[in-house]
Amino acid sequence: MTDSGWLQIAVLIAVLTGITPLLGGYIHRVFSGERVLLARAFGPVERRLTRLLAGSEPAGQDWRSYAGSVLAFSALCWLALFVILRAQAIEPLNPQGFGAPPWNLSFNTASSLISNTGWQFYGGESTLSNFSQMTGITVHAFLSGAVGLAVAIAIARGFANRSSAELGNFWVDLVRALIYVLVPLAVVGSLFLVAEGSVQTLAANVQLSTLAGARQTLALGPVASQKVITLLSSTGAGFYGVNSAMPYEDPTGFSNFVGVLMVLAIPAALTSTYGRIVGNRRQGWTLYAVMVVMLLGAAAVAYSAEAHPSPAMRAAGAHGLNMEGKEQRFAVADSTLTTVAVTATGNGATNAALDSFTGLGGSIPMADMMTGEVIFGSVGSGLFGMLLMVLLAVFIAGLMVGRTPEYLGKKIEAREIKLVTIGVIAVPLIVLFMTAWAISARYGLRSIFNAGPQGFSETLYAYTSQANNNGSAFAGYIGFVQPHAPGNAGSSGITFADLAGGSAMLVGRFFPMFVALAVAGSLSGKRTIAAGAGTMRTDTVIFAVLLLATISIVALLTFVPSLMLGPVVQALTGRLF
Amino acid sequence: MLRQLRSAAIAVVVFTVLLGLAYPLAITGVAQLFWRHEANGSRVYRGGRLVGSLLMGQDFAGESRYFQSRPSASGYEPTLAAASNLGPNSAQLSHEIRTRLSAFVRGEGVYDRGLTAPSVPPDAVTASGSGVDPDISVADARIQAHRVAAVRHLALDTVLNLIASHTYGSPGGLFGPGSVNVLALNLALDAERAP
Repeated sequence: MTDSGWLQIAVLIAVLTGITPLLGGYIHRVFSGERVLLARAFGPVERRLTRLLAGSEPAGQDWRSYAGSVLAFSALCWLALFVILRAQAIEPLNPQGFGAPPWNLSFNTASSLISNTGWQFYGGESTLSNFSQMTGITVHAFLSGAVGLAVAIAIARGFANRSSAELGNFWVDLVRALIYVLVPLAVVGSLFLVAEGSVQTLAANVQLSTLAGARQTLALGPVASQKVITLLSSTGAGFYGVNSAMPYEDPTGFSNFVGVLMVLAIPAALTSTYGRIVGNRRQGWTLYAVMVVMLLGAAAVAYSAEAHPSPAMRAAGAHGLNMEGKEQRFAVADSTLTTVAVTATGNGATNAALDSFTGLGGSIPMADMMTGEVIFGSVGSGLFGMLLMVLLAVFIAGLMVGRTPEYLGKKIEAREIKLVTIGVIAVPLIVLFMTAWAISARYGLRSIFNAGPQGFSETLYAYTSQANNNGSAFAGYIGFVQPHAPGNAGSSGITFADLAGGSAMLVGRFFPMFVALAVAGSLSGKRTIAAGAGTMRTDTVIFAVLLLATISIVALLTFVPSLMLGPVVQALTGRLF
Repeated sequence: MLRQLRSAAIAVVVFTVLLGLAYPLAITGVAQLFWRHEANGSRVYRGGRLVGSLLMGQDFAGESRYFQSRPSASGYEPTLAAASNLGPNSAQLSHEIRTRLSAFVRGEGVYDRGLTAPSVPPDAVTASGSGVDPDISVADARIQAHRVAAVRHLALDTVLNLIASHTYGSPGGLFGPGSVNVLALNLALDAERAP
């Protein structure tokens, strides 16, 4: 551990805290329909697209109607992506002549992108054509991120509404999310990545003979334009299988630092946007503070854990940092900070092999995800996931003091709490059920790579990551077998892993989302009561501590037994398996 | 619901064209115009012949006149880029590291007398995250310098100076430690030998 490693963490938090109110305020202006600077250039496009999708007089939608639009749009997105993948062999821009990915892998991949997960059983550079990467992965990284953003704004409106049941119009929000937020940031960001060394070309791979006379093939493609949006939208699907570890994807320590900022920027900004929408910016800052504290805690533990040799290194007589699976330009400080940032958010674009992290170091990204992706979380879903936890915390506090719980002056009643409870336990249930199934069935064991407790950790990680829509992996875990043959000849998917994971991603995305929309619909239009002497304020340090405790207790109670079987065992023993 | 589906269908088609074709093609155009070197993979030529990419590590095994790259779990092949993915308590990983460590100490110890296992930097004996890590640590390079200088009949200081001039990093190591690009360093070495 070095001073510069800690300093980097401090600089990151300082910059993020500076950006949050600026970007948060901008996003608020975009969605409240105020004229923003970019409207000069993009206003006409926005109006045409909006008219095309929502008609000339876009009607406000209640939560059911809003959810219906989300569902219709996401279903067709899924179908479009599945077809693009399955028809890969007859599509253009396929210089490597790849055949279509098998049906089971395509199911998993389509579900991965539509659910904003970015889980990769496929290896981008060895499975997908440039056409699939561009019109498939890139497009749906944009769209799933925009859906999350739109839904979060709609839910925030529901919390703020005093007399109306309308949450906004999905199509209007979708178009604004893309045109004023994601696309401008992606254009600037991708040019930055290219300048740092990211690849951006449609040419075929290049074969060469190296200095020492070996053969090598440079894997090229439209990388930067895809990388940037997978960072910004919390998708995290790398162009290459090893994601940000690949120098063509994340070339320098500086590009990595800016990448981490891109990962955190929008989820962090949404706390500020939320505060503005509900008319009390301290509410937003309270959420931000809780998120930052959890992020810092995770970063400190992971950094400390990886700054020591792993048991395998110790037994071999090696000293120093645990560099197995890490890149020299990032070493341990950048690798662990990135890992924490991309697992605390729902991003998953890791720059190191988490499978080779130490027991303690590897349990941190798992714990990040097991909070339900509320430490910033994915674009949009991080915010509404956190709001569900807020209601839970308010409810628990209400029980303790014996008052009807209130949030933002609205009574939280049986209906809301039932919904919140279902929303909070659904994803952990999927994780534990799928892990148990996969570990107890022979066809589930086929995916495991490592022996001993690490094999269990890989399985637990796989379903935690997929059900929480993160996308990072203990990448020894496989769902696709691919011989290195021309055009992917002879590759096959592992049906159980592909279908179980794909279903976990879809349910993990849309079930909590619709529950949160229902809560917002239920709160929307509830009369507000003036705060009295007995009202528990939700924008104070005490509430932040309570919220932190609620999140931790729920995650710990649910997952500690399963963590004990995998990473904890390895953290406590020097035994080799 | 039918109206929603109609809007959804239009949205999917329009956005696939705008974000899947127009956007990446526009970025490709600008990138090819202003950052030709980077956008095409930071290729390196010597005497007009393509010899590699500055961002893709190469295999120099068996070539004692060259600095060696970090171990690779995927044969330094960018189209197969992968880490070992072996767990922290993996017996196989431990065996691999032990083998690399003893080979490193044996091979470099001939030239760098007094080299012991505890002073071998971890990046020299562990496989990288991508399998094509183009860099090694400064500590690793400074140990290898003894061998390279002896084999090439160069003064040790000449080689150490080359390492220093090929070390890159951010101010104060804020965004990552100082690292040495192996291909660039080896090319510079070859240029050094010629008068």
